[in-house]
Amino acid sequence: MKYIDEFRDGELAKNLAASIGAAVEPGRSYSFMEFCGGHTHAISRYGLSDLLPPTIRMVHGPGCPVCVLPIGRVDMAIDLALKQGVILCTYGDTLRIPASDGLSLMKAKARGGDIRMVYSTIDALQIARDNPDREVVFFAIGFETTTPPTAVAIQQAETEGLSNFSVLCCHVLTPSAISNILESPEVRQWGTVPLDGFIGPAHVSTVIGSRPYEFFAEEYRKPVVIAGFEPLDVMQAILMLVRQVNEGRAEVENEFSRAVSRDGNLKAQDRVAEVFELRREFEWRGLSVVPYSALKIRQKYAAFDAERRFKLDYRSVPDNKACDCGAILRGVKKPQDCKLFGTVCTPENPIGSCMVSSEGACAAHYSYGRYKDAA
Amino acid sequence: MCLAIPVKVIEVGADDTAIVDLGGVTKEISLALLADVQVGDYVILHVGYALSKLDPEEAEKTLALFAELNQAGMAA
Repeated sequence: MKYIDEFRDGELAKNLAASIGAAVEPGRSYSFMEFCGGHTHAISRYGLSDLLPPTIRMVHGPGCPVCVLPIGRVDMAIDLALKQGVILCTYGDTLRIPASDGLSLMKAKARGGDIRMVYSTIDALQIARDNPDREVVFFAIGFETTTPPTAVAIQQAETEGLSNFSVLCCHVLTPSAISNILESPEVRQWGTVPLDGFIGPAHVSTVIGSRPYEFFAEEYRKPVVIAGFEPLDVMQAILMLVRQVNEGRAEVENEFSRAVSRDGNLKAQDRVAEVFELRREFEWRGLSVVPYSALKIRQKYAAFDAERRFKLDYRSVPDNKACDCGAILRGVKKPQDCKLFGTVCTPENPIGSCMVSSEGACAAHYSYGRYKDAA
Repeated sequence: MCLAIPVKVIEVGADDTAIVDLGGVTKEISLALLADVQVGDYVILHVGYALSKLDPEEAEKTLALFAELNQAGMAA
């Protein structure tokens, strides 16, 4: 397909690899975090780490909404489906996230919960129209890419007077997560996670633009290169990061200029600002409680807020003790460092959230990279 | 989760909707989040909504960059 195939050309990838090989300085090591799960997936699927010199290490970041969603939030969704009898609409990504009591949304569905996988908030609205006698809740997760469609749905529901529709809002913010990583003791004090730069999000940036990353370049002296999710985009971004490091620069560069501007999508930003406001704090899996890192529904749209409507309280639930997802999400550990990886924890039977979504670090490594270690 | 794909707009309809072509498959999407979309534009589609327009000139520039690097890589 146009604008995809050209960015997956194997010959060009080899030559980009040669350029990267020529650009790295002898005796220097480079450590870059790809924030997004989309990049993690591309790196694993296309075997990009095999094309890189051994002195470049890619650290997987927390930009996978399924991975950072804490158990307590999934419990709220399950409670709605099983105890409150609502029709719970959700993106397919959340269905297999392990929750309390050995449950997941999938298992809750097997127990009779009316849980429906939707592709779009448009479909969730239609389910609400078709079932006027039932409460329909949309389980809204995701970063800034996925937030505007939720805002549109809430406004649409208000316009139509769809009073049986509401949203369980779990939308989170990319810049807060990047700050949290940069401020973490592993990066700041102990240096156990060396970070020389970031590959910035592709589709999140189509919405928020490249401007929000300028703070990180200036304040923390970390280069950021925004990149598309195709393999050549990632290779090109790595080359640009290597050059910045070599030249002692810390700037925001945009490899994904075909879709990302400095200001981003203002129409989408306005919609989001109209419907949502900052949440004082939100618990992330791996990053713990992060202040002002997520969104909640404004008072004006309180009627569509499932947390208010069903008087839901968030309860923090610790992860499985043996699971290393937390450390993996902070870049402190690799998937293969976890003793559950590939033994009891597999994509078919995930113990931790990083094994659930195909863009989770563990699932990506399990699907595409695990035999490499054995070889 | 943030997965999105470039699709071609083949029809702009009423109520902020459009019909797009994804490699031969057609689908109705929402334009509620994107202004000034014309037939023939490529847009980035995410969960049923167009999120941004794809700039063909910038795409060409990026591809040209790979090609330039291609020569540099060969020379190195």
